[in-house]
Amino acid sequence: MSDTVLDVKGLSVTFELHDREVRAVTDMNFSLKAGETLAVVGESGSGKSQAFLSIMGLLARNGRATGSAKLAGTELVGMNPRDLDEIRGRDIAMIFQDPMTSLNPYMRISEQMVEVLERHKRMKPAEALERARTMLETVRLPDAKRVIRAYPHELSGGQRQRVMIAMALLCEPKVLIADEPTTALDVTVQAQMLKLFEELTDTFDTALVMITHDLGVVAGLADQMMVMYAGRAVEKGNVDELFYSPRHPYTLGLLHSTPRVENKRGRLDPVAGLPPNLTHLPPGCAFNPRCAFKTDQCVKERPALIPRTDGRVTACFHDDAVKEKEKVA
Amino acid sequence: MINYVLRRILAALPIAFIAITLCFIVMRAAPGGPFDRERPLPPAVMQNVLAHYNLDKPLWEQYWIYVSGVLQGDFGPSMTSYDFSVSQLLAIGLPFTLMLGMIAFVLATAVGIIAGIIAAVKQNQWPDYILVFAVMIGVIIPNFLMAALLQLGIGVHLGWLPAGGWPGFSIPHLIMPVLVLSWPHAARISRLMRGSMIEVLGTNYIRTAKSKGIGERLILARHAVKPALIPVVSYLGPGLSYLLTGSLVVEQVFGLPGIGRYFINAALNRDYGLVLGTTIFYVILILILNLLVDIVYAWIDPKVRYR
Repeated sequence: MSDTVLDVKGLSVTFELHDREVRAVTDMNFSLKAGETLAVVGESGSGKSQAFLSIMGLLARNGRATGSAKLAGTELVGMNPRDLDEIRGRDIAMIFQDPMTSLNPYMRISEQMVEVLERHKRMKPAEALERARTMLETVRLPDAKRVIRAYPHELSGGQRQRVMIAMALLCEPKVLIADEPTTALDVTVQAQMLKLFEELTDTFDTALVMITHDLGVVAGLADQMMVMYAGRAVEKGNVDELFYSPRHPYTLGLLHSTPRVENKRGRLDPVAGLPPNLTHLPPGCAFNPRCAFKTDQCVKERPALIPRTDGRVTACFHDDAVKEKEKVA
Repeated sequence: MINYVLRRILAALPIAFIAITLCFIVMRAAPGGPFDRERPLPPAVMQNVLAHYNLDKPLWEQYWIYVSGVLQGDFGPSMTSYDFSVSQLLAIGLPFTLMLGMIAFVLATAVGIIAGIIAAVKQNQWPDYILVFAVMIGVIIPNFLMAALLQLGIGVHLGWLPAGGWPGFSIPHLIMPVLVLSWPHAARISRLMRGSMIEVLGTNYIRTAKSKGIGERLILARHAVKPALIPVVSYLGPGLSYLLTGSLVVEQVFGLPGIGRYFINAALNRDYGLVLGTTIFYVILILILNLLVDIVYAWIDPKVRYR
């Protein structure tokens, strides 16, 4: 267990609205070893981004995190921002969804990269600049010399996301969180980007958290997968296990709504209905209004995340029925 | 860049010309003239006076005479302060007005920007509420009332500062006029700065900066202030013209030797030459400031490139 770099236990995130409290994330648990990749999957609003923003100390003013998130033994939840500044950017870094707006448009790439090294590695400007340029080459930006002098608006979306990745890797962090890093990019660029992530986690032995709603992204890249619904993990386990035999109806639904070449029916089968409103969750299992396996029990009580024989955890009363259905399909 | 500045200066010339023309027309369209008195002058005298100032000629000819004079640097005679030319009066009053205006302008801009930043960072906490209150006072109370209140309170009752007058350069005599002039300007700027700062602090790129752990001070100084300044910079041009207009009144109230008292007298007495001369100076000043503003834009925003 000594190489566990990120250990999250009972992490919850709540937002204080003027008249009520909303729980965006409830009781999240996972642990991540060096070099491992965890995919966090779910629809918009399932709390996947907020959970990791809270670990980075980036929640909105009215947000509050409770529980525990230990980075190599150091508790991050509840740490004051000044102490957190020693850690974020150095040991844990984050890449955001929209590369078009995540870089400061009024500063050169060089300034934005160099300041990280000056802050965390106490490097001199010339040394930091050289290191930044090398890192841009590492993320396969062809003309790093031009890019480093450029302003963000002079670069394409793919180039900017590579700059973001390079910036996050500058201090060779133990954990890299990528929040939908490919969503805003062209499909061709997406594939390159995923390959890059795979190479980089190998090179730097970085643990990667890939937040996404695109199961295509997950398949080749991740070791573990966590499926989130309405702020809770509903299924978690080895990626291949979850892909080939989902036990939670929502995981099943996600898989059926992802285009696959071997899908002979030629039709997609989206998850019916809409994601729930977090302020008015249905009683029992939050997924029950959209679930084909729903019974009275699902409305009366909420299924716990229960370990199954193959090492996964699933929160469903009818996992055997789900397994049978997937076999038939 | 030099090319751009030159072109901007050339483009400013027609604007100055249009401003002169408009002013000329508006002044002449106003009823009455410089020599209309309650007790009329004898017709022969009147005839001579009008002839002396070329006021008996057709309007287009007067305009021609005036513009060709201005182009040669001659703003003509004053029609109320006899024996003085407009240029002489401007030379007496303008340096003081410019000094007062610039002190107030620079001070107010600096205070407004800093107060706006503090209020944005301490949003909905007591520093923010203090600012909102100060802004309200600055915007609501007109400068002549504010001036009178300060004179009465600080000048007369407390006796801390002289209530007016100008015995030669003296900082105590400047404090209240500068305060009255700069307050509304600082108030508007701080409100703009607060709003745009709050907006910038909510952007994705500030979140990225936070995630890098570079610390709040660097985030503000390096990442947030520059973009937040953009709306403030664009307000500076009109802001200066408000401030200078206010200066005319404030000088009068505090008995200061600027251009203000000439200008107000001139406007009331239809001293065509002096009103036009003063206006032209203000037009030039504001054109210069707008040029500076555009240059500052290029410094702030890399997407603005002048060719």
